[in-house]
Amino acid sequence: MLYQNPKTEFSRRRTLAVLAALLVFVTPARIAAQTPDTEKPVPILTGNAGTFSFVTAGQNLIDTQISPVLLVPLGDRWLIEARSEFEGKFQRPPGGGPYGGPVTKHVDYAQIDYIANPYVTITAGRFLTPFGIFNERLYPVWIRALQPDPLILPINTAPSDGAMLRGAFPVNANANLNYAAYVSATSIGIGSVDSERHAGGRMGLFFPGPRLEVGGSWQKTLQDDRGNAFGLHMGWQPAKIPLNLRSEYVHSFEGSGYWIEGTYRLSQAHFWQKPMRRTEVVARAQQFHTGSIEADDVAGLGLPTANTREADFGVNYFLRDGLKGIVSYGRQFSSAGNFNQWSFGFAYRFLVPLGRVRAQ
Amino acid sequence: MKTARSIKMTVTVVLGALVLASYVFAGGPSGKKDSAKESVAAPVAQVSGADTMRLQGEQRFRANCGRCHAAPQKFPPRVMATVVRHMRVRGGLTAEDVRLVLFYMTQ
Repeated sequence: MLYQNPKTEFSRRRTLAVLAALLVFVTPARIAAQTPDTEKPVPILTGNAGTFSFVTAGQNLIDTQISPVLLVPLGDRWLIEARSEFEGKFQRPPGGGPYGGPVTKHVDYAQIDYIANPYVTITAGRFLTPFGIFNERLYPVWIRALQPDPLILPINTAPSDGAMLRGAFPVNANANLNYAAYVSATSIGIGSVDSERHAGGRMGLFFPGPRLEVGGSWQKTLQDDRGNAFGLHMGWQPAKIPLNLRSEYVHSFEGSGYWIEGTYRLSQAHFWQKPMRRTEVVARAQQFHTGSIEADDVAGLGLPTANTREADFGVNYFLRDGLKGIVSYGRQFSSAGNFNQWSFGFAYRFLVPLGRVRAQ
Repeated sequence: MKTARSIKMTVTVVLGALVLASYVFAGGPSGKKDSAKESVAAPVAQVSGADTMRLQGEQRFRANCGRCHAAPQKFPPRVMATVVRHMRVRGGLTAEDVRLVLFYMTQ
């Protein structure tokens, strides 16, 4: 009998157990029926573009950006998706002169998804960190109701490079559960592909009847001070009135705060019905409390350097499908100084099929 | 002796995992009940009650997609199939949501 090292044997058994566990996750429920040719998904190029003028404390900043999104479906269960962002921020120098400024570009996500079964989708690559709801769902300029970012957006929303399990399924007739669990395994410091090591998860319960979603997020940084961060989110769309109420709260060593935002579509107005149906008013209140990180790091993250409160009001007008004009006014209050912020601009969503859209 | 025991243990672990996988993901003892949920590529045209599906699809669209954005124009079915797959991952749609929303958006 050959001698077997107990450690090696244990390691082999552990490897087999891990493989078996992976098998559990990737086992499809049953072989899916072949999709009819008329419904086979085609690759598409979509995304959004926008140009905005932000007047902050009297200083004008012209922000022009384009974010193409490439979606390539493979077979019945695979999807490759990637989004990059090209953004130019132009303003006059303090002494006057022509507008100028940097043009930045970065990859927001480049991931491959495998829909293993109705409960689990496996994602690998670079993906948007599912912490809260704004970063993943509301960030694109054609979706967001107010163009200025929430103050707490930079907290725990750095892109992740690693793997994620996620999914959504009904837990009973009245509620759906959605979840995401991820680990960002690499620590890359190459300019536009910065990332950090962290692990975390998000879970939400959506009640389709009252159209209410509540959930929470958690993330642990696996480098530097190895801090924990927690978040809560909610969204509510009452069925009887065209109101959309959303909110997020976050607590981390980088800072804490919340935002609450309501948008109201004027579709129930009894006058000027055609333009009113296309008009949306929005208001947002938010607050930020500084955390325990250095001032340089705060500035690097894009967080306020002092405790801050802000209120914003805006109007969006949907000119046609995917094209809207925006205007908003906000005022920020902090010990670093109070100021007004105006924004004007247009946001556009485009979509181009990259294959034959009609069946042969 | 030790090798035989370890092989037996490994086989038990693998078989246990397979049984658990088939039980959990095939819907347990009532596998037929979940056949509608497994709809990554379910051919919707064969399902009866198109009006009911359309109505349910609209409700699912308003409840799920309408939480973040206004209704887009309707695109060709093959384009919508890609968009809905993207939103299944991004927006936390269930398999049933995907099936009904896709039906609604392509009719």
